Amino acid sequence: MKKWHLVIDVEKCENCNNCFLACKDEHVDNDWPGYAAPMPGQGQSWVNIHGKERGEFPLIDVGYLPVPCMHCDNAPCMKASNNGAVSKRPDGIVIIDPVKSRDQKNIVKACPYDAIQWNEQLGIPQKCTLCAHLLDEGWLKTRCVQACPTGALSLRQAEESEISEIIQTENLEAYRPDLKTSPRVYYKNLYRFTRCFIAGSIAVRSGGKEECADGARVTLLNPGNEAIGESVADNFGDFKFDNLEEKSGAYTVRVVYPGYGTKTIEVDLTQSVYVGTIFL
Amino acid sequence: MKSIVNLLAKSEAFSKLIFSLVLLAMKMRIESTARKYPFFKTRLKEKTLTAQLKLKDNSAGRYFTIKDGDVTSGSGIHASPDVTVIFGDTRVALDMLVPPRDQLAMINAMKSFHLGLEGPEELTSWWMETLSLMLFAGTKYGTDVGKGVTRYTSNTNGGPVFVYVKDGKIIRITPIDFDDKDAQPWTIRARGKTFTPPRRTTISPYTLVFKSMIYSPDRILYPMKRVDFDPNGKRNCENRGTSNYVRIGWEEALDTVANEIKRVKKTYGPGAILNGSGSHHLWGVLGYWLSARLRFFNNIGFTPIAHNPDSWEGWYWGAIHHWGQSMHLGAPESYGTVEDCLKECEMVVFWSSDPEATSGVYGAFEGTIRRQWLKELGIKMVHIDPFYNHTAALLGGKWLAPRPATGNALPLAIAYVWITEGLYDKEYVAQRTYGFDQWKEYILGKEDGIPKTPEWQEAEAGIPSREVRALARLWGTRKTYLAAGGLSGFGSACRDATGNEWARSMVCLMAMQGLGKPGINMGGMQQGTPIDTNFYFPGYAEGGLSGDLAGTASAVNLYPRMPQLPTVNTVYQRVPRLRIPEAILDGHTYGYPTDPKTIEGQFLRYNYPTPGHSPVKMYYKYGGSHIGTMCETNRYANMYRSDKLEFVANQSIWFEGEAKFADIILPACTSFERWDISEFANCGGYIQHSFNQCNHRVALIQHKCIEPLGESKSDFQIFLELAKRLGFSAMFSEGSTEFDWCKRLFDATDLPKAITWEEFLKKGYYVLPAPTEELRAPVSFRAFAEDRLKDTPEIAPLPADYSEQVFKGLQTQSGKIEFVCSSLKRFDPDDPERPVMTKYIPAWEGHHTTELYQKYPLQMITPHPRYSFHTMGDGKRSWINDIKDHRILIDGYYYWIVRINARDANARGIKENDLVKVFNDRGAVICAAQITERVGPGTVHSYEGSAVYDPVGEPGKSADRAGCMNILTPGRSIIEKSHSIAANSCLVQIEPWTDSRGVK
Repeated sequence: MKKWHLVIDVEKCENCNNCFLACKDEHVDNDWPGYAAPMPGQGQSWVNIHGKERGEFPLIDVGYLPVPCMHCDNAPCMKASNNGAVSKRPDGIVIIDPVKSRDQKNIVKACPYDAIQWNEQLGIPQKCTLCAHLLDEGWLKTRCVQACPTGALSLRQAEESEISEIIQTENLEAYRPDLKTSPRVYYKNLYRFTRCFIAGSIAVRSGGKEECADGARVTLLNPGNEAIGESVADNFGDFKFDNLEEKSGAYTVRVVYPGYGTKTIEVDLTQSVYVGTIFL
Repeated sequence: MKSIVNLLAKSEAFSKLIFSLVLLAMKMRIESTARKYPFFKTRLKEKTLTAQLKLKDNSAGRYFTIKDGDVTSGSGIHASPDVTVIFGDTRVALDMLVPPRDQLAMINAMKSFHLGLEGPEELTSWWMETLSLMLFAGTKYGTDVGKGVTRYTSNTNGGPVFVYVKDGKIIRITPIDFDDKDAQPWTIRARGKTFTPPRRTTISPYTLVFKSMIYSPDRILYPMKRVDFDPNGKRNCENRGTSNYVRIGWEEALDTVANEIKRVKKTYGPGAILNGSGSHHLWGVLGYWLSARLRFFNNIGFTPIAHNPDSWEGWYWGAIHHWGQSMHLGAPESYGTVEDCLKECEMVVFWSSDPEATSGVYGAFEGTIRRQWLKELGIKMVHIDPFYNHTAALLGGKWLAPRPATGNALPLAIAYVWITEGLYDKEYVAQRTYGFDQWKEYILGKEDGIPKTPEWQEAEAGIPSREVRALARLWGTRKTYLAAGGLSGFGSACRDATGNEWARSMVCLMAMQGLGKPGINMGGMQQGTPIDTNFYFPGYAEGGLSGDLAGTASAVNLYPRMPQLPTVNTVYQRVPRLRIPEAILDGHTYGYPTDPKTIEGQFLRYNYPTPGHSPVKMYYKYGGSHIGTMCETNRYANMYRSDKLEFVANQSIWFEGEAKFADIILPACTSFERWDISEFANCGGYIQHSFNQCNHRVALIQHKCIEPLGESKSDFQIFLELAKRLGFSAMFSEGSTEFDWCKRLFDATDLPKAITWEEFLKKGYYVLPAPTEELRAPVSFRAFAEDRLKDTPEIAPLPADYSEQVFKGLQTQSGKIEFVCSSLKRFDPDDPERPVMTKYIPAWEGHHTTELYQKYPLQMITPHPRYSFHTMGDGKRSWINDIKDHRILIDGYYYWIVRINARDANARGIKENDLVKVFNDRGAVICAAQITERVGPGTVHSYEGSAVYDPVGEPGKSADRAGCMNILTPGRSIIEKSHSIAANSCLVQIEPWTDSRGVK
């Protein structure tokens, strides 16, 4: 049977929060029996958007990671629940039964993605249902996907074999695969959130003026002293090596600019770093 | 039928017979409607009256007596009717009574006293409305989507929507996905790819939260009176803003307001009533602030609040003198630029431009996909903004962060590089511009001894000189689009002390690069889609039902298409919006007009008070936005607490902001609770063809989705009730309900050629087909660049503003882009604040104001907010408050955010989400700190537009806890000879705030 999947492109997410708000619109003051009880108007979120600034003024980027329920195949919330309060539908959607789950606060804690919230007033755990009540009525999109202006969110209904192919061709990955929950939500360009960069600007002094070293060649050597990246500084003399692992040790940046010699700097990489201006 | 009637009515005898038959038919229609529709039966039970319809000479007529819900009727003339409709002759009667009503004939008859309505206002108004409801009965609208849910349509400042309603309650609001029958969109072929927008509309965050705002606990559900306000005794004006309110009935509220209107007019004479609105209102051509409000206030005579060109400032007061564009308030036209940019452009410079935050204006996320296409094509992008804005974050590219309020330091340095390295279009400059050599001398330092080098710039704007050279060389060798502002001609940089010179320099830079040549133009894909510009549908600035030919753009298109009674305000006095407190407290002030007609309109200073007029004694305000959106806004709180304002009424939807300073509060409903009609992002007037921000033109009926909540009423209905008390209800409504006005407006557009009223009403929207490639609008400025006659589809400039030949050249005196401005030479050539050519003028509040800068070393910018739209969407327990980048919930209170660089925060011992006091000599605001690298050291960022004002102590004199950052911004104009906001030149200090209460 085909299963539902949510695909999230981190590079296209601009933190507009339309997904978060569309979800509120669908669930606050609306009761969808069998799917979800009403969501509290204030203070709750069934999709958390985490933001990450990388680098340092004035060379930074910002990535956003929307995290809804991952609709895991191996869902910890299911294991933590009693009396079948959490179930996995054949189409892949994980539903917390709004009646059976009453007083089962442990379901909230079970989720390693913090995607489940406790509704104090109703005494139930709640989360994203992937708008199952709408999909069951024939809607082609969830509310968050419909409201997303950038195409960062897309809904895919696919057989196992098809989704494996999609994962391959579109270069998708799970967030925190180490949790081994087999999520049905996949991410693209996740490195914008989970990985880091080394960036810098290269400049020279010429004729009493500073100039950007447009075209300077930059090599990145990893802690094992292997060259793992080559880059050419752009018109502003800027370079950036991305998709590096955080806290991965001492790197070397070697800069060559014909007529101005070379320079080497060391970077102990903990998180994204802008090394500033390197004058040759 | 109408044509047969017209034919027969040519005979006098026949026409009287037809008149009698029509009246008889009316009786039968009333009876059958009452039988069929319970609501109409109930309606008839409301009153007991006799209504007479007759010819003026009493030669024919019929009367209708309504009693206990039953109708009896007789032919002839009744001895003592309560309501009398008098037709001058049978011609007038048949024009009005036989469908379709001839609206022009009816209006002409009213104007020539050939059609009259007599009787007590309450009854005449009721009778006319009853006849309208009779025709409305049985009207079908909305789409049944099953399970008892009906899908309606509406429109908002942030895009059109489907509204799902069940059991009289809104359950869901969504963007509109087009169906198979809707028109197909356009396609652009560029660089081997094809680009077609998705078949849907997008919506802004503040539109997505409407359900929370409609059902907000902050809704005002019934009229209220300040507890210590007694119109016949002590008014206790000094307690405004602190006193509580008590619920009153509509009768008392309306009587009080109507009596105050009469009292101040009679006691003080013309001009004593002040009225104004925020810049925006809930969407709808008929419901916007330029429509029903003006029809009402013009008919009572009032001192209007004159708006500054508040998002345009530097463009209007500065750039306009270089290239005209007065109809766009100094901002550029934008036709054809999306296609040209995709096909030709090699680089886009976004300068103080964040359309991903501001949606242009009203454009939701329509432009987003187009900017993603730029990225897909690999077009180079540069973002110049003190804040790493959301457009930069989404698209990437080089970010340059100049020091705020340093105006044209960076542009002048770019010009310097171009001049010294020969990187500009010398032929274009020679042929298509005027005065360049004189400006060139200034740039090179021959005038003042200071060459405007990149190094000189570094001490002002702080961009490394090498990066300025790199940018200038890139720009000077690539076909470049300049996106100056989110919508071309907006941008925070035009709203600071140096805003005029910044905007002026933007024009001069583009003049040096050949503005209008392929790939060289203004815009960041926010405007200029290849949609149909010929199809007529009015924007809100065309005045709706205002009848106001002087204060709106009605006269151009709408008025002749939708005949209505014209309205005229007889009061010449006006008050500049940014000077309301001075007008009230000091008793005198002045302003300069926002006049899109011509360049010179802005030179005509006006004074308050106007000779022979009364000072303002009564203030009737629409909504509560000013404390969050004007400047140095403690002034407004202090003004309200003065007895110089004898009476304050506020007509507001929510209990927020200034609404809490009123004596009487009139509860208005939202646009979802009344009828209206409109188009996506079409404001018309000052942003002509503003719908070209959208990927599709979409016209909509705004269904009355639900009944007004509580006792709230539409603005139209409130004004109608007041008009009844002031003797002009028939002139106000023209016997039309809001629904009738929608039909009248529909008939005035080109929609009837495309879709029937019934179909439109049912489905709710119509998507205009895109024109064929051949019929797309030409590219703006292309004809100018090629010295051809203007060929873009707009009536600007006006014919008289061409110097040589109509359509030849620009609106400037030379017809060229002027580096040295003829208009400024004529007006005030020696004005040091606005020289005849653009020069660097240090900000009057900035890093050169040494003493102040030492005390308040942080430069704060407060652009238009991202999630809310000014005060729309904020507060009101809207879900937007829960967005982590909008407000932060700390100890149960939603605090506004101030963004500060880590180094500045560390130096002050401030950590993420700490509460801080942001302050200067003007006041203090308590915010939550967000520590970021998105601003550099020395710059802090927050947004304008808090809907909530929550002083911790005495209003106007204590810190605000809710986030009205404009308490801190300077109250003065950019230059003296203007009426402008300079909010982004604002020096502040920030310190930790630990006391949760009581800090003053």
